[in-house]
Amino acid sequence: MSRLSQYFSAGRTSGKHTMPFVVILLALTAFACLSNLLLPADSVFHVSTYSITLLGKYLCYAMLALAVDIIWGYCGILSLGHGAFFALGGYAMGMYLMRQIGDRGVYGNPNLPDFMIFLGWKQLPWFWHGMDHFWLAMIMVVLVPGLLAFVFGWLAFRSRVTGVYLSIMTQALTYALMLAFFRNEMGFGGNNGLTDFKDILGFDLQSDHTRVALFAITGVILALLFVISQKILSSRFGKVILAIRDAEARSRFIGYRTDHYKVWLFVFSAVIAGIAGALYVPQVGIINPGEFSPINSIEMVIWVAVGGRGTLIGAIIGALLVNYAKTRFTAIMPDAWLFALGAMFVLVTLYLPKGLVGVYAQLMSKRGSKTPPTPPANTTASVKESNA
Amino acid sequence: MRAIDNAVGSLRETFRPDQVWPFLAPENNKVNVDKNIILYVEGLNLSFDGFKALNNLNLYVNDGELRCLIGANGAGKTTLMDVITGKTQCDSGTVYFGQTQNLLSKDEAQIAQLGIGRKFQKPTVFEEQTVFDNLELSLKTDKRVLPTLFSRLTPTQIDRIDEVLKIIGLAQQRFMLAGALSHGQKQWLEIGMLLASDPRLLLIDEPVAGMTPQETERTAELLTSLAGERTVIVVEHDMEFVRSIARTVTVLHQGSVLAEGTMDQIQNNKDVIEVYLGESEDGTATGEEV
Repeated sequence: MSRLSQYFSAGRTSGKHTMPFVVILLALTAFACLSNLLLPADSVFHVSTYSITLLGKYLCYAMLALAVDIIWGYCGILSLGHGAFFALGGYAMGMYLMRQIGDRGVYGNPNLPDFMIFLGWKQLPWFWHGMDHFWLAMIMVVLVPGLLAFVFGWLAFRSRVTGVYLSIMTQALTYALMLAFFRNEMGFGGNNGLTDFKDILGFDLQSDHTRVALFAITGVILALLFVISQKILSSRFGKVILAIRDAEARSRFIGYRTDHYKVWLFVFSAVIAGIAGALYVPQVGIINPGEFSPINSIEMVIWVAVGGRGTLIGAIIGALLVNYAKTRFTAIMPDAWLFALGAMFVLVTLYLPKGLVGVYAQLMSKRGSKTPPTPPANTTASVKESNA
Repeated sequence: MRAIDNAVGSLRETFRPDQVWPFLAPENNKVNVDKNIILYVEGLNLSFDGFKALNNLNLYVNDGELRCLIGANGAGKTTLMDVITGKTQCDSGTVYFGQTQNLLSKDEAQIAQLGIGRKFQKPTVFEEQTVFDNLELSLKTDKRVLPTLFSRLTPTQIDRIDEVLKIIGLAQQRFMLAGALSHGQKQWLEIGMLLASDPRLLLIDEPVAGMTPQETERTAELLTSLAGERTVIVVEHDMEFVRSIARTVTVLHQGSVLAEGTMDQIQNNKDVIEVYLGESEDGTATGEEV
């Protein structure tokens, strides 16, 4: 019996911060929403709608960081192309929002989005059909990134491409997609992307209430995905994933098809990135091929590195902090931001290999070791005594 | 007319009701050892850029046997294990596990699921996970993605892990990270991982490298106790260790079998003395000094 309880307590240690973190996240989200809706604009605690939208954007980035961390921190696959999945999810949502404009566009054509009329197209391309249904668009948000990740992962992991070669391939993937989406013939608005959205499910995108609701939904979905990811990664599947990261050959020799595991984890991660993109677009109001740019994908990796890879909480905190810093920094010194980002990456890699969460854990363990008899030393001593 | 008849005939053959197409047939993991031989290696050839790592190698291993493979560096011992476990593709030859399982057509994971466990030369364990988790991962379970995602540790499995922990003497380290173990303990943990997977055939590459004399002795005891129920193939350089465990020894030289027999027979074999013991003075020295 004690063995069992010992086992369960050991299994729980990794997830013991999960629930407090979710509670804090949801509480802050709720607080921001309520203070925007209920408090008068001159109150100290009032959160402006501008801030709400900004926070919503950060939460989308946090979701994206979660996706990158799942694949990088837990499975050691450094993807420099997660921006592609994010943007594809965003485009799927953008197409739906585009169709919602209806005849309120500049050209007033109820059947065709503005950019198609501008290009002289007579009818909707086949892949735009049905995108005026919300449910279909939502399926596409999950399906398109998932399918791309499946095909890409299947080909790459089966041929045992690993390490820096895989990173370069993912980078090439997102770059190729960027070039493709820049072309007007692709039918996704080319250079300008999709923008000028009016409403979502009949709610006006410009209204405060819609913005607060979008922010709240983002917060809830982030919490949900966080809990699901934590559950998956603490199951035996998660243990296999860690095993693949640390000794892939060994995992194969004890009977795991490591390529299958990697493909499914990659698909899961891509789907999260796609959902993040879909939530990002209505809040930001535009999606264009710039989201595919390789630099974006590299930035995501930096968020995760700063927060602490291999801990989902770290990825979320890293994304929030770095993006807040970015907003602040680019307001003060726009040109210096990229240098600051680079410096941050170098410093974190050199001095904080486990990121900010690692620093926190270190502080906690130091504080713990100051109290004289540390629990682990104590138990081993008692075990020795009982043996003697 | 005849062409049509032929076509119909072959169609009938394809759709025979009493047969299942091979790709639809359930995977058969049974190992047939009616002839009391568990591993058939025949005519194995493999060359790396002109260097013949394996040269028409033939080897038969009986069910339940403890077999030692010895040979100088480059004799092909590890390469042979690589071919058996699916890590390396050979140029020609056949490898059968039991009478029916063709190992050359399977990948590493399938071979492992058939019940062939392998220990590497350098101990490889999952360093960032606890000793307990290491063993849990190696248990003989359904190792496909979905069953693994929803699997839970059953009491039987916990008992099995405890049993293995006791055998390998790491019961007190069960919740330690495997990376924090000493070198010898890692070797033991890796052997424990093999045991947890309940294999039919164990391939063990240099189990006592870096172990203290006491640890070596315990390893020898463990390996001898395993034989009988399981088949064990050990590659080892330490001649004293080989002498202490081996009943049958196979000497490899330049990719093929040079001699086979008991340790005494091997030591008196002219060919062996000439190419192995004779050439490398320290080989005999280590044999006599301990």
